[in-house]
Amino acid sequence: MATKKFMYLNRRSSFGTVYAIESLEVVLIAAAFEQDVSLAFMDDGVYQIVEGQETDGIGMKNFSKTFHALGDYDINKLYVSKESLEERGLSESDLMPLVYEDEDDDWEEKPSIRVVTNDELKAIMSEQDVCLSF
Amino acid sequence: MLHTVNKSSFERNSLQSCLNTIDDTSVILFIEDGVINAANNANSSMIADLAANGRVFALQGDVEARGISSKLADNIKLVDYAGFVDLVVEHGTAVSWV
Repeated sequence: MATKKFMYLNRRSSFGTVYAIESLEVVLIAAAFEQDVSLAFMDDGVYQIVEGQETDGIGMKNFSKTFHALGDYDINKLYVSKESLEERGLSESDLMPLVYEDEDDDWEEKPSIRVVTNDELKAIMSEQDVCLSF
Repeated sequence: MLHTVNKSSFERNSLQSCLNTIDDTSVILFIEDGVINAANNANSSMIADLAANGRVFALQGDVEARGISSKLADNIKLVDYAGFVDLVVEHGTAVSWV
């Protein structure tokens, strides 16, 4: 099967709507079909990967833990909007330490998250075959 | 009156609409994605004065779910579900800015 470059734009926080968890489902499906998958987190979507989410108090599934599995599905291009972080008083150190093992580099553990400016994101998006916004 | 806001001000204008019409004795309770408005961020000035007067609350479970417990703006009061009920009883008419 032909491989395409898919980018998923995550623009909403995790629990107020169903967008975030639905995006994650579709991302995993694309990975199962061995597509070239990238994720972008912008606007309130940056809250999806904030470290230390505790959902016991609201009785919802804490699917933030699933992001740690993405590396095992060869999904290791997670771009986070610098502007969106800053607007929300957040920085890279507030995000979950998401990593993957690089098979081309003796399985060394490397960070999957890259904080990028909107200009950089613009360039990355223009390289995609498909962009899906959630 | 009790005003509940369940949307992020980065996403919708619910908080602004609430602030446009809130009187001097009413309080705001942030629930669901509304708790994003309780974090220290670029929009915090919207609620700074109200919070300084002790009139801004946030639902603790929703704050914890979003990992922003350590990121709250000044003077935000956290309440649990029982505290939510107390606010309803104390302030009478509730407006839900969905």
